Amino acid sequence: MLRTALESATGDLAAATHLGAYRHMLLARLLDDKFAALYRAGKIQGGVFLGRGQEALSASIGVSLQKNDIFAPLIRDAAGRLAFGETILEAIRTYMGSALGPMRGRDGNVHRGRPQDGYLPMISHLGAMISVVNGTLLARRFKKITGTVGVACIGEGATSTGSFHEALNQAAVEKLPLVLIVANNQYAYSTPTHRQFACEDLADKAPGYGVEAHRLKGNDLTDCLRGVGEAVKRARFDGGPQLVVADLLRLCGHGEHDDAGYVTQEHKDSALGRDCLKVAEKFMLEEGWVTGEQLEVLRSQMIHEIEEAVAQVQREPAPDPFAEEWQALSCGGLSDVRMD
Amino acid sequence: MNITYLEAIREAQARALKQDPRVFIYGQDVGAFGGAFKATKNLAGEFPGRVLDSPISEDAMVGLAVGAAMEGMRPIVEMQFADFSTVGFNQIVNQAATLFWRTQVACPITVRLPFGGTSGAGPFHSQCIEAIYAHFPGLIVLAPATVEDAYSMLLEAVALDDPVIFCEHKFLYYHLKAEKLPEEALPVGRARIAREGRDLTIVTYSAMVHEALAAARELAQDGWEVEIVDLRSVKPMDTDTIMASVARTGKLLCVGEAWPWGGVTAEVISRVASEGYGLLDVPPQRLNAKDTPVPYHPNLWAAHRPTARSIVAAARKLFRQ
Repeated sequence: MLRTALESATGDLAAATHLGAYRHMLLARLLDDKFAALYRAGKIQGGVFLGRGQEALSASIGVSLQKNDIFAPLIRDAAGRLAFGETILEAIRTYMGSALGPMRGRDGNVHRGRPQDGYLPMISHLGAMISVVNGTLLARRFKKITGTVGVACIGEGATSTGSFHEALNQAAVEKLPLVLIVANNQYAYSTPTHRQFACEDLADKAPGYGVEAHRLKGNDLTDCLRGVGEAVKRARFDGGPQLVVADLLRLCGHGEHDDAGYVTQEHKDSALGRDCLKVAEKFMLEEGWVTGEQLEVLRSQMIHEIEEAVAQVQREPAPDPFAEEWQALSCGGLSDVRMD
Repeated sequence: MNITYLEAIREAQARALKQDPRVFIYGQDVGAFGGAFKATKNLAGEFPGRVLDSPISEDAMVGLAVGAAMEGMRPIVEMQFADFSTVGFNQIVNQAATLFWRTQVACPITVRLPFGGTSGAGPFHSQCIEAIYAHFPGLIVLAPATVEDAYSMLLEAVALDDPVIFCEHKFLYYHLKAEKLPEEALPVGRARIAREGRDLTIVTYSAMVHEALAAARELAQDGWEVEIVDLRSVKPMDTDTIMASVARTGKLLCVGEAWPWGGVTAEVISRVASEGYGLLDVPPQRLNAKDTPVPYHPNLWAAHRPTARSIVAAARKLFRQ
């Protein structure tokens, strides 16, 4: 359906770009809604972490990247992951612990990726993926591969870590094509920004590291596409590391176990509290790029697609502890302690 | 030709850089300066662009190495001192050590840790932290005791597809010399009988091998024949060689320069006690550093870690039981 809309928007690049990104935003939102429902029904082991309110930023990252780029998403990047090429099946299999998923039940939920394809699986320690992206970019320099960039995603909380400082400085020293995206969603779990940092604007940190800064409205798809697109382009054409700071509000708890009672009414009522999905829909409707009916059809098609995929994964095998290799080394002959 | 332990480490890195274009070295002062201990002397000149000075950022140094390894490189990270590797601990134990298991993408990085005590080095330039790394699944932990092993094991570390923590002892850097570099070596994971004997097995590794050898020479004057097992590889640990030695001698003393709690010596005793209890004629013993930070003053330092003298005393106790 969206394809039809895209085709009808012939020649209008802005329409095509917005609609392309919006498709990933909507799919991510609906997928997140399904994960929340499955979590409440007790059908997901472990936590569920949603990207509600961050889809415009995340999708903009995914659509700004090319196939050979590096992408290290964080917990609220379902939209970016889809835009970078992840299938909903991979996401569902990881959340539901299918043995057929990319992590085969060894790791779950948002800890998924395919490093061999430049899609890095995050560890939980915040800021830790940034220097790993630096390493992939340095390797490409060694291999004389040019024109690729690497994106690492963090929240404002991770800017307080030593890893953030070390890695951004490292990227600047090596002049690597790193794009570091900070989603300032106002709360690191429950901690508000005034308990996290004392500078006026996180983007002010950039000149201190000798990198370029980009500020953008994180719940405005148009601004996200512009800002992220510019940063990625600057990095791709030898502009060195780029720091992107997007202001937005997380429209859910830290995880589905969290009722987010600490989010102030003032924040909810502010411009930051506007839902990026609704902002994008309104804009596209006003521009006449889509009709309300087309969006409804698209939504119901996606819900159907998700339901089908969940139904498939629910019938897939779970990991079998007796078939598991229990082998942490790739050189199997060097394994040591066996407790069996 | 006389080659020191330190020169062997430099030569191994030169050879690795020469024979494998995927290898590069990253660490503080390793470039034109040649490293704090000169383990990378002249390498930056011989291999332009492949021996890179890093900022003082141990976390980011290891993170970068992991990323480069994902893309098919074989980085060697030099920590200036093993003690500082704790700043990069997270990237080693959570990023590097879990990568293959989580994704089936190998993580061939080598992290060189100049470790162990030297006179006057004090609490933050002396630590032996091999056991901490060995605790985590997904890491190989090596601790060569000879010039030959320093060379061959470092080459093997770089060639292995898994992350290797390479513990090179600073005390041995200048003290040990060899005539020439080896062409062949025992594989990683195999222990070495450093001295044969029938009366007592001493299991040890790295610099303590030499203290144990000195102790064995002294005990030999009284007619005791001590067998010394040099572990070489802390993890994986060659339990078979340990067990075979204990089967010959019936007595076990483990010696480690590291702190006692939950360490390598504890692991050796645990294995022998649970798998070879019947081989022992007296309870197994161990000798470690004292359970305090490593002292600065030579008088205190000499009493803090095991020495030939304290090993002899511990052995005599075992013989009298």
